[in-house]
Amino acid sequence: MAFLTDRKRAMGLGSAKTGTAHFWAMKVSSVALLILIPLFVFTFGAALGGTYEDILAYYSRPFPAIIAALTLAVGFKHFNDGVQVLIEDYVHGIAQKITIILMTCLSYGAAAVGIFAIAKLAF
Amino acid sequence: MADVNRGNRPLSPHLSIYRPQLTSMTSILTRITGNAMLIAALLIVWWFLAAATSQAYFDTVNGFVTSWFGDLILFFSVLGLWYHTLAGVRHLIWDNGYALDIPTAEKLGWACIGGAVVLTILTVLIV
Repeated sequence: MAFLTDRKRAMGLGSAKTGTAHFWAMKVSSVALLILIPLFVFTFGAALGGTYEDILAYYSRPFPAIIAALTLAVGFKHFNDGVQVLIEDYVHGIAQKITIILMTCLSYGAAAVGIFAIAKLAF
Repeated sequence: MADVNRGNRPLSPHLSIYRPQLTSMTSILTRITGNAMLIAALLIVWWFLAAATSQAYFDTVNGFVTSWFGDLILFFSVLGLWYHTLAGVRHLIWDNGYALDIPTAEKLGWACIGGAVVLTILTVLIV
């Protein structure tokens, strides 16, 4: 085993036979964000700068609240998929696995906090 | 286990070898903007959490987000957001096999940069 090169061990095994699901997930979320991002920028942008009462009233309306919650859900999923590729390119070995796990926890955690807060504002 | 020849073999040319080109620079900028937006995204989540918690907490976080420093973060995030959005559209076009020749790819690269600046100015004016 010690005398085999990485290439020799990989030869004849074909492709990784995986990876298209990740690629496709990024395409789907990117198209969704193409719709959500302009809506979020101009609804959130309109609310930002208002008083506490303004914000409570604004985000109790369904449209801005649903747009904000969807943007955070899809956006953090898209970020998580993207940052995984970034980590796979620059971090290797056990550090790679730990970094991917940490960024996944951060992505889902932040999305959960955001959606919970928006739901609390809305109801 | 270990590849015994590693370290002796020539590696393919990498960043230090290549002359910076529009296509490579716009590609790395897509990655940088996409990941840098994490800061603004977390800031927005924090803002929503504060708004859902109490007026005092909201005033603290809202004060930071609407301060000059918060404005600075949001301004560059909007610029990065529009750049990343346009660059993402360019990728969706490429994925279908169109516009892959270098002159067209470079034109689209300039379109991403110029379009991001225009959309950022529009956003600042409208919001």
